[in-house]
This record gives sequence, structure tokens and C-alpha cells, in this order.
Amino acid sequence: MSTNRSWVRVRGALRPKRDASHLLVGALFALLGFGIVVQVGAADDNLATARQSDLVGILDDLSVRSDRLQAELRDLSATRDRLRSGSAGDEAALAEAERRAAVLGILAGTVAAEGPGLVVTIDGVDDAALLLDTVQELRDAGAEAIQLGDVRVVASTYFTQAPDGRVQVDGVTVDGPYEFRVIGDPRTLAAALRIPGGVLDSVRGGGGDATVVEQETVTVDALRALSAAGYAQPAP
Amino acid sequence: MIAVVGLIVGVIAGLLLQPVIPVWLQPYLPIAVVAALDAVFGAARAIVDGVFSDRVFVISFVSNVLVAALIVFLGDQLGVGAQLSTGVVVVLAMRIFANAAAIRRKLLGA
Repeated sequence: MSTNRSWVRVRGALRPKRDASHLLVGALFALLGFGIVVQVGAADDNLATARQSDLVGILDDLSVRSDRLQAELRDLSATRDRLRSGSAGDEAALAEAERRAAVLGILAGTVAAEGPGLVVTIDGVDDAALLLDTVQELRDAGAEAIQLGDVRVVASTYFTQAPDGRVQVDGVTVDGPYEFRVIGDPRTLAAALRIPGGVLDSVRGGGGDATVVEQETVTVDALRALSAAGYAQPAP
Repeated sequence: MIAVVGLIVGVIAGLLLQPVIPVWLQPYLPIAVVAALDAVFGAARAIVDGVFSDRVFVISFVSNVLVAALIVFLGDQLGVGAQLSTGVVVVLAMRIFANAAAIRRKLLGA
């Protein structure tokens, strides 16, 4: 078996022998070990010992890599700037949309509102036409949100006189005294109600009583459900 | 046996002395080491084949190192030192692999 014979030879070679040429072999191996260790140590600082052509190659590699990294850096910076400006634009658009939603919500009566305004109380007169006049007067004077009793007054609000003489607002029966809560410039609103022959005069002429109280903060918190438009579409 | 002892002695000497390689030797040492490794693998194969001779090993070791150094020297003079060094290393590495494969076949039968 040749494998066995080979192992025997290896074992024989490992047996210590003592003659001159064998010592020479040992010396060469010592030289080899020495060389390996020295070279491994020197390979650590190989730039100082590299040939000129090697150095040129290394420099070339490095500048190519540097160029690539620079290009990548430019790309990523551009992407970052684009994302940053994009998000700023989105934020501005969102803020604008929220502002418009708030304004439209107050107009449509879907959100509560508060601000300076008036509390107008009309007592002793149960006249739907008079209440409608009051609302018109308040709108003319720049009222931004109006609430009558528990009903939010919006563009489509209507006032009717029920057969029994009670007043209905948007189909909801409201009994006196009628309390309007109005947000707007208090002075303008109050002046509009007080003009001669205006709302207050009409109430008093009808045998009723009206009070106007200007307030720093009036809360209009009656809400109205938004009904989808059945026919109207936004015109392009 | 003496080979292992010599290798250990050389490694220890290198670690202890930490010599600085002279500049003129720097291009040749790595090639010389690889050439010597080739001689060692050749010797190992000869042992396995039963044809090992101290004389042949010493001569092949020394001549390998010298020829390798000569080739690198010539390459440096001709301005193709890096390429020739690479070529020498490739050839020596192929021989080492071939010898290692022969040793493996003899010892392990595979």
C-alpha cells in the first residue's frame, strides 16, 4: 500500500539525525522562518517600502474611489435637499389646508368657534320674521358665526312660524327668550342693532324687550352636520 | 525534525530581533520567502515519494531564492518589476499547490 509507505517515509524524515548536510537544512529553515517573520512585520507599513509604480497604482485607486465617493456624496446631498424642501412645501400646504378647513368649518357651522362678540336676548316677541331680520342685520354688520338658542345659524338656515305661533329654526322649535350668540366686531354689531328703526326699535315697538351685551369672548358651540351637495359640483 | 526546530528558531529570532530590512532588500524578501516556500513544499513531496536528498534540497532552496531575486531585479531594471513579481508569485503559488496536491494524494490517497 503506497499510502502506508509514504507515512513511513514521513515518520522517518521526522526522526532526528545528526550530520552536516542535515544541519544545513535546519539552518535554511531557520532562515525561512526569519524571513517570513521579518516580511510579515514589514508588510504592515508597506506604503513606505512600495515601488513607485505600486504607489502610482495605489494613488490611482484611491483617487478613483474618492471620485466615486464624491459623486455619491453629491447625489445623496441633492436627494436630502430635495426631500427637505419637499417636506417644507408639504408642511406649508398642510398648514394652509388646515387654515382653510377651519375657516370653511366656521362658515358651514361644522366646528365650534369663539371670539369677541355679542349676546343679544329678545324677549316677549314670537315673530319669525323679526328673528330673520335680526340675523340679516347681524350678517350685514359682519357677524362671522351666529347661534340662536341651540341652533347654529348658517347660510341655509330658515325661520318659520308654526301654526301654534311658536318659532321654528331649521325645523327646530325655539322658545323665547331668544338668545343670539354672535361672533364679530362687538361695536359694529351693537351699532347695527341699535340704528333707529332697526331691530331693537322693532322689538320694543312689538311690545317686547331686547338686551345687547358686548363680550370679550363669545362661544358658539352649536354644530351642524354637513350634508353632501346633491347637485352642485365644483366648477373646474 | 531539524527542519521544525530550525523554523521555530528562525521565527523566534525574527520576533526577538525585529530587524529593519535594508531598503535594497525590500523588493526581494517577499519573493525570496515565497520561492523558499516552494522549495520546502518540493522537499516535502520528495520525502513522501522517498526520493528526498539533503543536497538536492539545499541546492533547490538556494537556487530558488536566487533565481526569484534575479527575476525581480531584472524586472526592476526593465521597469516591469511589479508585473514580474506578480508573475513569479503566481508561478510559485501554482507549484506549491501542485506539490501540496501530490503530497495529499500520497498521504491520504485522495
